Amino acid sequence: MMQDAPLFPEQASTIASQIDNLFFFALGIAAFFSILIALLIVYLGVRYRRRHAAQTGEAPPHGSKAQTVLEITWSVIPFLILMVMFIWGVKIYFTAARPPADAIQFYVVGKQWMWKIQHPEGRREINEMHVPVGRPIKLLMTSEDVIHSFFVPAFRIKQDVLPGRYTTMWFQADKVGTYHLFCSQYCGAEHAKMGGWVVVMEPHEYQAWLAGEKSGQAEFMTGAELFAARACNTCHRPDTSARAPILTGLFGRQVGLQDGRRVAADEAYIRESIIEPQAKIVSGYQPIMPTFKGQLTEEDVIELINYIKGLKAPEGVAR
Amino acid sequence: MSAAPTETGSEPRTHYLNDGYGIKSWLLTTDHKRIAILYLISITVFFALGGLMAVLIRLELATPEGDLFQPDMYNRLFTMHGIFMIFFFLIPGVPAVLGNFFIPIMVGARDLAFPRLNLLSWYIFNIGGIFAFWAMMHGGIDTGWTFYTPYSTTYASTHVLPTALGIFIAGFSSILTGLNFVVTVHRMRAPGLTWFRLPLFVWAMYATSLIIILGTPVVAVTILLVGAERLFGVGIFDPALGGDPLLFQHLFWFYSHPAVYIMVLPSMGVVSEIVPAFARRKIFGYRFIAYSSIALAVLGFLVWGHHMFVAGMSIYAATIFSILSMLVAVPSAIKVFNWTATLYKGAVSWETPMLYALGFIGLFTIGGLTGVMLATLGIDLHVHDTYFIVAHFHYIMVGGAIMGYLGGLHYWWPKITGKLYSRFWSRISAGVIFIGFNVTFLPQFILGYLGMPRRYHSYPPEFQVLNVMSSAGATILGVGYVIPLVYFIWSMRYGKQASSNPWGAVGLEWETTSPPPTHNFETQPVVSRGPYEYPPPKEAPVVA
Repeated sequence: MMQDAPLFPEQASTIASQIDNLFFFALGIAAFFSILIALLIVYLGVRYRRRHAAQTGEAPPHGSKAQTVLEITWSVIPFLILMVMFIWGVKIYFTAARPPADAIQFYVVGKQWMWKIQHPEGRREINEMHVPVGRPIKLLMTSEDVIHSFFVPAFRIKQDVLPGRYTTMWFQADKVGTYHLFCSQYCGAEHAKMGGWVVVMEPHEYQAWLAGEKSGQAEFMTGAELFAARACNTCHRPDTSARAPILTGLFGRQVGLQDGRRVAADEAYIRESIIEPQAKIVSGYQPIMPTFKGQLTEEDVIELINYIKGLKAPEGVAR
Repeated sequence: MSAAPTETGSEPRTHYLNDGYGIKSWLLTTDHKRIAILYLISITVFFALGGLMAVLIRLELATPEGDLFQPDMYNRLFTMHGIFMIFFFLIPGVPAVLGNFFIPIMVGARDLAFPRLNLLSWYIFNIGGIFAFWAMMHGGIDTGWTFYTPYSTTYASTHVLPTALGIFIAGFSSILTGLNFVVTVHRMRAPGLTWFRLPLFVWAMYATSLIIILGTPVVAVTILLVGAERLFGVGIFDPALGGDPLLFQHLFWFYSHPAVYIMVLPSMGVVSEIVPAFARRKIFGYRFIAYSSIALAVLGFLVWGHHMFVAGMSIYAATIFSILSMLVAVPSAIKVFNWTATLYKGAVSWETPMLYALGFIGLFTIGGLTGVMLATLGIDLHVHDTYFIVAHFHYIMVGGAIMGYLGGLHYWWPKITGKLYSRFWSRISAGVIFIGFNVTFLPQFILGYLGMPRRYHSYPPEFQVLNVMSSAGATILGVGYVIPLVYFIWSMRYGKQASSNPWGAVGLEWETTSPPPTHNFETQPVVSRGPYEYPPPKEAPVVA
């Protein structure tokens, strides 16, 4: 699959070549100045080598104007080059931080020492992530325990995955193949083994894979099942006499809080409302919801979020 | 240590080494020179420990499979390698040994401002070291030297607290040393020694001391908070307890980034002494180098966020930290260009200390420029937490800080001990270290860009060739470090007597005898000129 000892990583995402171009520019600058300094040292050291034991160097002219000009030159030129690199770097970083609106959203849960991936269609996998080529994919990520970092060298991107919050990253694979997935934030004993493969497939193959046999999939409850099993539905009922806010059409809306603030109902908000219900109280409701901290796994929470996101139709429960 | 070399010179005289013998005269000394020697012994032990762990790490990484150690053991090795090298070797390193010995002499004083505090700081340092050593002997610690939470507070089952306590205690010795230096530079300068007649080594040590005094308390508090969470379950960093893991990273790097300058600024100071001494020419841009030390100390406090570009912080904060990090490169570049320009029209001799100093300039340049790459947001996305970073900071800390430390040790060894070491072997070892270092760490840049994450006990087979190169280089580097140990010890017994100024250099330290008398100078020196005015006031003695 790979050469025996490659010296440069494969480029398999749309951002990879952008990052490589900037890298080569910076490498060129670094090489130029390193070689310049090395050559100057060797040249001056040999040209002005000491020829007899008592020889001393020539005293430089006192406070010469030439010296000031030199000092300014070798401060300003590096500064200007640095600013080019800074701006170029920010451009790429912002691109990498802002997923396109049409990105497909996958969920990732890191756990000592495995990656759990969940596809929007509900399919789950561990330490492997199958993705279609040519489609932007957004990862919404969290950790069950310590900090991990999701790193795919062929895509040139990584993002730390933290417990207790969601972080996101996105990519668009542009080359079919199988690529390393690493955990790049030290996470304990089997840190080096916390990884696997990202498999980039043609869209039709991906569809076939999604529909394919699901043997080896662990048993899990879907969001709808959890919603009923945890008795969320006793309060969050789709009628006006409910003791808790109606969740239908909630996702993506602005929610007015008791303290007058308005917040966007995104994944982080829904997660917080499940784990720490008292943190943000919706205006017009009592703070009566119990916490589910420690009772739901991050995957359960993701299932519930996915379920709540699906509650779109105004007439009632979807799915 | 009590076996001070016997004076065999023609005129027997009292100097700091023969002014009292026996263990008590050393352990209860308040002489800054003897305390420097005590520190030298302590940090050499920790350097050897850290180095041994580096050897074991590179042995494990010679093959892709994790076949030499269990993963738990490997994680402890790299953690303790980092802790010993950073907290117990590099941070005390140049300041506690060379700074302790030479700051009072360079300012023309009899001792530091607080001699007893100075001795206390050595004891505190060793108590801290004993805690860390105890932790190592009882199973060690596996959090990485960075102690990231919640791994360190909730999940690690190793000796986090004893080690952290050791670092906490050692921090106080740093603070005392820094305080001593600042007061000494302010209050104890010889008549005529104005601020702009101070050697640049003193400027660098002054800037370093400011960082130590302002930064170390922050890491001390951070360690206490880690302890509170680990012991009593107070929720500060662990989200399961209502804490914020990124808060830890902010606090930790607020100290640990400036700590990089604690490690490298003193070595820059050493290089600023060696280059003019061996070019026999006034240093180019004295004021620019002096101010750039202060600039590095100040800017060093404003860039900690560049360790967290992919940690989940705001992209706007990242932008600010990126541009500030870029600015750090400017004073660094100023220093490099000024050192290089000093060679122009000099009388350059390629003696051992000069080899180290010039090696420093080259390697620090590479370390600095790769640091600029890491400060570039778009590049950091890919290379963060890979071997690219490992290579980069070893270029700064080994190629920079340790090269400067060794250069200084070679430069001042005749003054410290009164003995000359082998010119031949010392030049060989400088070459071996330079080559071994590059063979070890250049391949790691490539490994990092290929995507090999750091702190990996095993790795995919396609990374093996470069890892084997790196391990081979580490072997060369290890040999390079053993050679000086041998000829330094050898020189103490068999080395030729050094004259008071064997290099024909200027500076107050070369105007007193080798080794210096207990009170440094027979008469109070008076300074009437700048630090690097060649030719020296007396006629330059011929190099042995």
